[in-house]
Amino acid sequence: MRIDTNWRGDPAERIVFTFNGQPIEGYRGDTVAAALLAKGIRLVGRSFKYHRPRGIFTAGSEEPNALVTIGSGADQMPNVRATLQEIHDGLEVRSQNHIGPLQRDLLAVNDLLHPFLGAGFYYKTFMWPRSFWERVYEPVIRRAAGLGALSHDHGGARSEKAFAHCDVLVIGAGITGIMAAYVAARAGADVLLVDENMSLHNRHRHFDDPIRDAQGITHFSPEDFAFFYLNALQAMPNVRIMTRTTVTGIYDGGSYGALERTGLHLSPDAHPDLPRETFWRIRARQTVLATGALERPIAFPNNDRPGIMMLSAFMRYVDGFGVLCGRTPSFFVTNDDAHRVIAGLIARPEIAQAIRRCTVIDPRPEARAQGDYRLIAGAEVIDTRGRHGLREITVRQGGSQQRIETDLLALSGGWNPTLHLTCHLGARPVWNAEAAMFVPAQDAVPGLHPAGACNGTLSTGGCLRDGHTTALRAIAVLGLADPGVPVPQAGEEAGNGVALWQVQAKGRAWLDLANDVTTKDVAQSAQEGFASVEHMKRYTTQGMAPDQGKSSNIGALAILADATGRSISATGTTTYRPPFVPLTMGALGAGGEGHGFAPERKMTSHAATVARGAPMIEAGLWYRPSYFPAPGETTWQQACDREVRMVRQSVGVVDVSSLGKIDIQGPDAGAFLDFVYTNTFSTLPVGRVRYGLMLREDGHVMDDGTTARLGPDHYVMTTTTAAAGQVMAHLELVAQGLRPDLDVRVISVTEQWAQMSVAGPLARSLLNGILDTPLDTAGFPFMACGAVRVHGIEARLFRVSFSGEQAFEVAVPARFGDALYRDLVARAEALGGGAYGLEALNVLRLEKGFLTHAEMHGRVTAYDLGLQGMMSPKKDYIGKPAAARPGLLEPGRERLVGLKPVDQGGILTAGARLFTKGDPHTRPHDQGYVTSVGSSATLGHMIGLGFLRHGPERMGEAITLVDHLRGIQTPCEVCAPVFFDQDGGRARG
Amino acid sequence: MLIPCPVCGPRDSREFTCKGHAVTLARPQADAPPEAWDAYLHLRDNPAGPTRELWHHNAGCTAWLVVERNTVTHAVTGARLAGEVAAR
Ligand SMILES: [Zn+2]
Repeated sequence: MRIDTNWRGDPAERIVFTFNGQPIEGYRGDTVAAALLAKGIRLVGRSFKYHRPRGIFTAGSEEPNALVTIGSGADQMPNVRATLQEIHDGLEVRSQNHIGPLQRDLLAVNDLLHPFLGAGFYYKTFMWPRSFWERVYEPVIRRAAGLGALSHDHGGARSEKAFAHCDVLVIGAGITGIMAAYVAARAGADVLLVDENMSLHNRHRHFDDPIRDAQGITHFSPEDFAFFYLNALQAMPNVRIMTRTTVTGIYDGGSYGALERTGLHLSPDAHPDLPRETFWRIRARQTVLATGALERPIAFPNNDRPGIMMLSAFMRYVDGFGVLCGRTPSFFVTNDDAHRVIAGLIARPEIAQAIRRCTVIDPRPEARAQGDYRLIAGAEVIDTRGRHGLREITVRQGGSQQRIETDLLALSGGWNPTLHLTCHLGARPVWNAEAAMFVPAQDAVPGLHPAGACNGTLSTGGCLRDGHTTALRAIAVLGLADPGVPVPQAGEEAGNGVALWQVQAKGRAWLDLANDVTTKDVAQSAQEGFASVEHMKRYTTQGMAPDQGKSSNIGALAILADATGRSISATGTTTYRPPFVPLTMGALGAGGEGHGFAPERKMTSHAATVARGAPMIEAGLWYRPSYFPAPGETTWQQACDREVRMVRQSVGVVDVSSLGKIDIQGPDAGAFLDFVYTNTFSTLPVGRVRYGLMLREDGHVMDDGTTARLGPDHYVMTTTTAAAGQVMAHLELVAQGLRPDLDVRVISVTEQWAQMSVAGPLARSLLNGILDTPLDTAGFPFMACGAVRVHGIEARLFRVSFSGEQAFEVAVPARFGDALYRDLVARAEALGGGAYGLEALNVLRLEKGFLTHAEMHGRVTAYDLGLQGMMSPKKDYIGKPAAARPGLLEPGRERLVGLKPVDQGGILTAGARLFTKGDPHTRPHDQGYVTSVGSSATLGHMIGLGFLRHGPERMGEAITLVDHLRGIQTPCEVCAPVFFDQDGGRARG
Repeated sequence: MLIPCPVCGPRDSREFTCKGHAVTLARPQADAPPEAWDAYLHLRDNPAGPTRELWHHNAGCTAWLVVERNTVTHAVTGARLAGEVAAR
């Protein structure tokens, strides 16, 4: 029910959302949990394993029970914590983990089977028959023990990534964090204050503890203090405050990951441009950790019913949302703070009016009531009743038992500091036996200062002092002066109490509500030998649910310590890892979808190419034309064959700008190239181009390409499209790190030059139409290069051929690329030629036996490629010593050969294996493999390149090509890898 | 992780590519014995503690750096231009 308290929500803004299809009204600022509780809805889901009815247990991100699915279609989001998700108009909320209606879950039968479903049940039961696992067991278990589901629709849940930098990051905006932020901000630091909740005046200990600040102002409660100081912080220009933001992980060098629920509280239809979530990467020079503490539950039989929740949650629903979760509440508490909270609560007139009866159970015989409520001291709750929600509890006091009717039971077993983040770089928390809590290790994270409750300081006065001190420590590291902010004064009292991990009584007592792990499961794990905390966790699955055991880890290890006779500190904790709260993959990978994952690199000819109807294919990040369909052609093969014949008979044009182009300049440029290539470039005359082969230092081939000498100190290297980045990094390493003695500079100019290849017997005539000074045959021979003018524009011309035809590559500044391409293609068409694509380019190069990275795949040597003649004996170069190793010069290695089918129509496939004729087609008899194939329009049959043991010694041998995957066997003849125009006369013509 | 590039200042590690131990800069003479080449190419220590690595600021100034880093604490304790280290 709603009560009229000092609740800060806006009653004017009514919101209607649906829960399992039923419309529910709430107010803006309500969480789903608050709105449901306000309407008296307690049953919100079913448990993971036993399908027990479950309700809302907490009011924060640690919630183990109230996981719901929101939205539908592409926007569907499963496993959302109802305690964090705010309502908005049109929000659809559905409960999870049941078959049929929530009230009558068909799988509730699992609860009756619980004697068979204990710890290790899966491991013991589903061992055999093995074949049953995938087909029977796993699908059934997944259906029965699932959480929410994704919709499988693509494109929903827009997420973004963002970056933030600050001097001081303050994590948590309770009184500790606010104090720290205020001191750091007054010192002039750039402060970033982040908090998980939507509003900032939250606290853990819900009682009034007056704070006197230095101005003499007395704040009636910590909440008032927070409100006052937050106003001051908001007015300061050096302070940024982020709400709805959870710091999820700590990484090296002051990096923090944080998840902001940017738009999840708003209707996606009304805010289409707003991301639902934003993943922040925050870089902080210093950090104050003020994450507070989580209240510790108590394990007792049937402690999992809807209507049982943490005291701090109960109070947060009262204070934050004006929601009273029970009219006959009972409280099971172990500490004095809880008594102060309850006394303060029922002293409020609006509460006193609303509740009919209030019972407090405390295991300490000496406990004293601090207000007008019934106290049963020296007592424990030993059982509960109520099928879909709490109706009654059984209390044991000494030897007697009594049943008490109650609609709500709130628990307070002390506090567990929220120190998870301090462990993300490997530190382990330290057990403080006196306070019975784990506290952060000293200097767990460089530059991070834990303060307040997360550091074990629970009193109001202590938290303020802690926040103040840590802020001073942080600003001192930053070299800022102490701003002289006095420390406000407040109560120093903090929670006298006892640790009560479990009540000894008959029945199942839950530790991990999310994964249905009971105290018996933990004890059984210890009995069966899984006594280390890491083994217990995996055997029982305790702490492995989406809540990561935030409310059960400490209790479970305390019970394990008890079962194994060790101390809690000797038992230790499991490893705390990021993320602190569940992260959607969408948020974590924001920006990495589509073009964020693979940007498109387009050549200057792109628009003209697409306009001609060419299908584009990806070559790395580049997009290049596959072929140019002509009227009447129905297959790509027809287009490819026509384009090959066109280049062999007239002239073709192809954009080769995606090849890497590296400008190399300096007095030692020639010596530098001699060191990175196997062959010599320092002797290359100006105005000439040479083919070069580059090795890795381990003696294997890295890349090949042509390098042109434009001037005495100036070369331009081309690389393959695929290896451009790798070669560039390699050249930089050689220039900077291996040969700093050489005076040379390298820079990539791939983007700066558009380069078109013009190939075919009519190439020269075509070019002469655009060159300011026409070429004659003698003046620009094969492998010449030089500066030319094209339509008055300074350009470069290279006479190189990747097709075996007379060919030129003409390079112009990239801004002229589009015009040059269109002009060249139009002129080629006038000569009976035209544009050609990658398919034809591949066939043309295969007919000539030219290599690509299908052949230079990283495991081949120059010797394997038959290029040992290019390895200069006269100089040192990268890869030379390693390439000379005996194993790399074995004749029996798989070495490059050409392959052609014995029958004209025989099919060759890339990836097929090669076998000696007559041998079985099995792995021990494997002789090699095929790397590239194509259908040669020139020769009228398929041709291929491959690697074959003793390859060059087997010319003319009939072997068998076997493609086991495609079921193809083709008798082939081994031949030289050059199929056409062996003497190269056409290219020189 | 931040790497203090001598050219660009402290930059996010995602702007860099790591190539492994900085021993790569100590290339043996071409006629060094096979053992020296084997060690240079293939044998690497796997230290728990300080180490020196080659990092390429490929999304920045394109400098190759020798980064001193602790593999246990992940602390980056220094970075110098590879060219300066190699030239000695
Ligand atoms: Zn740099």
